[in-house]
Amino acid sequence: MKISIDFDKCCGAGQCVLAAPEVFDQRDEDGVVVLLDPNPPSEQEENVRQAAAVCPAAVIKVEQ
Amino acid sequence: MTARRPSRIAVVGASAAGLSTVEGLRRQGYAGPLTLIGEEEHLPYDRPPLSKQLLSGAWDTARLQLRSADDIEALGLDLRLGSPAVALDTRRQEVALADGSRVGYDALVVATGMRARRLPGTEGVPGVHVLRTLEDALALREALAAKPHLVVVGGGFIGAEAAAVARGLGCGVTLVTDTAQPMGDALGDELGAMLRAVHTENGVRIATGVLVDQVITDGGRARGVRLADGRILAADAVLVGIGAQPNVEWLAGSGIPIGNGVQCDATLYAGSGVWAVGDVACWPHPRTGEPLRIEHRTNAAEQGLAVARNILAGPELATPFDSVPYVWSDQYDLKIQIYGRTRGADEVRIVQGSFDDGKLVALYGKNGRVCAAVGINMMRALRGYRAQVAQAAVLDEVENAA
Repeated sequence: MKISIDFDKCCGAGQCVLAAPEVFDQRDEDGVVVLLDPNPPSEQEENVRQAAAVCPAAVIKVEQ
Repeated sequence: MTARRPSRIAVVGASAAGLSTVEGLRRQGYAGPLTLIGEEEHLPYDRPPLSKQLLSGAWDTARLQLRSADDIEALGLDLRLGSPAVALDTRRQEVALADGSRVGYDALVVATGMRARRLPGTEGVPGVHVLRTLEDALALREALAAKPHLVVVGGGFIGAEAAAVARGLGCGVTLVTDTAQPMGDALGDELGAMLRAVHTENGVRIATGVLVDQVITDGGRARGVRLADGRILAADAVLVGIGAQPNVEWLAGSGIPIGNGVQCDATLYAGSGVWAVGDVACWPHPRTGEPLRIEHRTNAAEQGLAVARNILAGPELATPFDSVPYVWSDQYDLKIQIYGRTRGADEVRIVQGSFDDGKLVALYGKNGRVCAAVGINMMRALRGYRAQVAQAAVLDEVENAA
């Protein structure tokens, strides 16, 4: 699983952190997403896909 | 159970909630026929940027698209864009579209959202704008390019965001709202007053606590607005941001219960094989039973996924929809974020930062319990209070722990 993020479009909602806290965090100053693990283990896949699905700015892309 | 699993599903409404529903269905293994019906010609696009990055010109139209054409293609949909649903026959299990075609279903999801509310008699009047669709936003953007004096009617999210963008583009702006403060409905008076100060510093003229009677025209074109107290505000362009109303007229006569949107049970089921998601769905709060209808972007995505799950689970295994509402607003260099529901709050306590610092977290309480948390430029800190909102924690205890 490989994650890519369009950082410029991130609106800092933090929904991804709630869905997959081991993979995503937010920057302190503006809330923009921080990708902790661009190639997370497969047990994180469901959480990551949930994060991509609920991201209000649609910036998270998940590829196999 | 398997007999109940639907063999054809139709989703009416191709914006965030409808897209989330069809993606949820595919992700959870539904491989059968799936129709997505949309009134607009566009592939699903995102609306929050319409009053922010698109209006300011920072983003072009392509950036709003929620999924690439390839991603949509991969969902294997029967995609019907540009032709709204006009009627529902729940007995024959058919949706009628404006182009005369019909779509059969075993399970139907209503995701038809809202449309902008207008001032009476202003539809089609040159110089009067609303802001709900991509075309609305592009028309307003074009108008703002001439640096008109803009009167914004309504101090909610749309009005406040558009006022900030218009100032940034060098337009003169007057904002009129019937609330005591801009964003007063969402933020309450205390934070609303702080927001008002920021708008004033940025050169927005503000009239609060007053209704707009009518748009004044000259030669068929908007020239200003007349307020209920008799004052007249001159304008070259008028943006009407006075809320939205649910798109439910097409359901008339279908037997689907309509009130404040589509009336659903706690699982977002409206009966007769019909579910509802997003802005249009009204459902009882799983604990209090209070009817909720939430017009937020994140709610649309969450409900789409929840209904996809409930449809495939079948009635015995469907679960109530429960979430912490979340919404954000960008104005100037302020990023305002809200967890929970601020309406009806009877107190506000700033627990971190202050307005003078340019950042803060405020807890909103109702009967001594946390009903919402609002952050201004404090995203990470605010997230820490989400659990307290979810649990309706005792306000005093949360404040002491802060």
